[in-house]
Amino acid sequence: MGLFDKLKGALQKTKDVLRTDVRDLFKAGVILDEPKLEEFQKGLITTDMGVSASNQIVEDLRKKYLGRTMVLDEVWGTVKERLRIILVGKGDVAWDSKNPLSPLKLAESGPTVILVCGVNGVGKTTSIAKLAKLLTKSGKKVVLAAGDTFRAAAVEQLTMWAKRLGCEIVTKPSGSDPASVAFEGCDRAVTTGADVVIIDTAGRLQTHQNLMQELGKIHRVIGKRIPGAPHESLLVLDATTGQNGLSQASKFSDAANCTGLVLAKLDGTAKGGIVVAIREQMGIPVKYVGVGEQIDDLELFSPDDFVDALFSEG
Amino acid sequence: MFEGITNALTDVLGSFRGQLTESNIRDGMGKVRNALLEADVAYDVAKAFCDRVVEEAVGEKVLKSLRPEQQIVGIVFQELVNLMGPVDHSIEVRRGETTVLMMCGLQGSGKTTTCGKLARMLKEQGAKPMLVAADLQRPAAIEQLKVIGEQIGVPVYSEDPAKSNPVQVCVNGRKAAGQQGCNLLILDTAGRLHVDDALMKELQEIDNKLMPHQCLLVCDAMTGQDAVKSAAAFNEALELDGVIFTKLDGDTRGGAVLSVKEVTGVPIKFVGMGEQLDKLEPFHADRMAQRILGQGDVATLLETA
Ligand SMILES: Nc1nc2c(ncn2[C@@H]2O[C@H](COP(=O)(O)OP(=O)(O)OP(=O)(O)O)[C@@H](O)[C@H]2O)c(=O)[nH]1
Ligand SMILES: Nc1nc2c(ncn2[C@@H]2O[C@H](COP(=O)(O)OP(=O)(O)OP(=O)(O)O)[C@@H](O)[C@H]2O)c(=O)[nH]1
Ligand SMILES: [Mg+2]
Ligand SMILES: [Mg+2]
Repeated sequence: MGLFDKLKGALQKTKDVLRTDVRDLFKAGVILDEPKLEEFQKGLITTDMGVSASNQIVEDLRKKYLGRTMVLDEVWGTVKERLRIILVGKGDVAWDSKNPLSPLKLAESGPTVILVCGVNGVGKTTSIAKLAKLLTKSGKKVVLAAGDTFRAAAVEQLTMWAKRLGCEIVTKPSGSDPASVAFEGCDRAVTTGADVVIIDTAGRLQTHQNLMQELGKIHRVIGKRIPGAPHESLLVLDATTGQNGLSQASKFSDAANCTGLVLAKLDGTAKGGIVVAIREQMGIPVKYVGVGEQIDDLELFSPDDFVDALFSEG
Repeated sequence: MFEGITNALTDVLGSFRGQLTESNIRDGMGKVRNALLEADVAYDVAKAFCDRVVEEAVGEKVLKSLRPEQQIVGIVFQELVNLMGPVDHSIEVRRGETTVLMMCGLQGSGKTTTCGKLARMLKEQGAKPMLVAADLQRPAAIEQLKVIGEQIGVPVYSEDPAKSNPVQVCVNGRKAAGQQGCNLLILDTAGRLHVDDALMKELQEIDNKLMPHQCLLVCDAMTGQDAVKSAAAFNEALELDGVIFTKLDGDTRGGAVLSVKEVTGVPIKFVGMGEQLDKLEPFHADRMAQRILGQGDVATLLETA
């Protein structure tokens, strides 16, 4: 039997295992042994939280319950608690679930500037449109700045969203200096008395140093026009991203001092577990999650719901 | 983190010095497994892979060979290469008929850009391509393809999204290609989730109507554990002919490449190495194996083992 055939068998089994809930794996009254821990770790790994975070959780369980009869609620509680501790961090990010703007640091006076960055195709532009919708719904006047002057029709894309939202947009011809678009966006917000300006940037891989320097320049220029800005520097991550998300978070933070994450495309089967690793290792909190391609498909991040979803079937 | 597998292999070698037993081989391979997981190789693929290497390594020949450690590293590398091959870069464009390529994949994976890259490459090889804007969904998707078409001097067929649908655009696109003497039609479809039944049906409908010569899945190389799920679903719906991995110009280790090949059996054809339209390269299994294994030069490792 070739490796491929073996794998197909193994995968069939995985499918079945994932169908059964974690609760089945840790049935009350059964003794917790190493094979069960390994099976559970596999579940953790498939969320993309990484080897290190999953080791921590499994180690918790091993210490507390190995060789003992399981009480489901206790085991489950331990797992959730560990994840909650990681995701909530020092409690500096507890926001009000009734106020969708509560994760955002707004300027005390003058316009709030939100810079949005990330690697290619993760969902930056769409997330900006969704965020603008949240803001306008709360009565804020929003200006968009089309800072992606590189990708084909990126300006047109953001312009179409601006039209749908009925909010103002600042654009420059394709190939213009993105920092100058950002500057002008801030400028427009100040002169028109807008509450928030959101700046789109071109997708870039974190290893392209010239492009990361360009992002750093955008960040600096914004601060020159509006002291203290950007008030939020959001890194958008694709929920399907694997361990490379760590490198993204680290290098984008170096260039643009990221204050929060937007986890887009969480409506697929990917669990977005990489944010657990990022929160654990870099402390950057998740602020919003994207759950679809439409304008209202943005939700406040909730550690509890997220932890529940990590173990749901999908 | 990026040194993961190289370190793991070095550890393995260390633990093999002196007495080589099945149990220390297993220990060592456990580290290799973790390193594969950190490169985003799917859990089951990594596990089966390591089990298999252990099986081979405890074979008589290896244990009794002069340099068993070296043999084991060799097995790890060679197995990876074997799993990702055989390589098939062919895209045949026939004379006298319209060759149809259909691109599909998740949102933002790089389909539209890759349509442009393929058109450019095949045009250079003598084909007369036409691009079809079958994404009527994403804002400015048609515009994007038009800009790309202009950059490479390839005509783009599109219709008013308000008055058309993706199947119709593709069917009419093929007619237009015939009329304009184009012999290669590349369909740019909208990004979709593999669990979106309605949109997956739409793809199947295009597939049934157009009978593309090749259905190509465009996949983001930074994808984690979920890569196998979506690729398997696209393959089930469309019987893929090839996969193209994009965004390999970054520092992703790209374990998804191994996983997707292993689980779907569909050959990897090309890799995207940048945003520019000339950044498409044929896939090489040995280079990919080195990349998954980490920065360290496997060849040197093999020599010093
Ligand atoms: N299913 C789903 N799709 C999304 C979500 N957010 C964005 N998308 C889709 O992902 C694709 C890429 O989104 P964009 O907003 O253009 O991504 P971007 O990061 O701006 O891309 P670049 O500017 O090219 O780097 C589009 O097809 C979006 O419709 C989400 O939350 N769920
Ligand atoms: N660095 C890099 N970027 C790439 C590569 N291929 C595509 N991109 C970028 O990835 C982003 C998304 O590419 P698109 O071609 O718009 O992706 P798509 O799959 O058509 O997206 P949707 O139509 O929204 O589903 C863009 O910013 C591209 O420039 C690549 O090989 N390397
Ligand atoms: Mg964009
Ligand atoms: Mg597209």
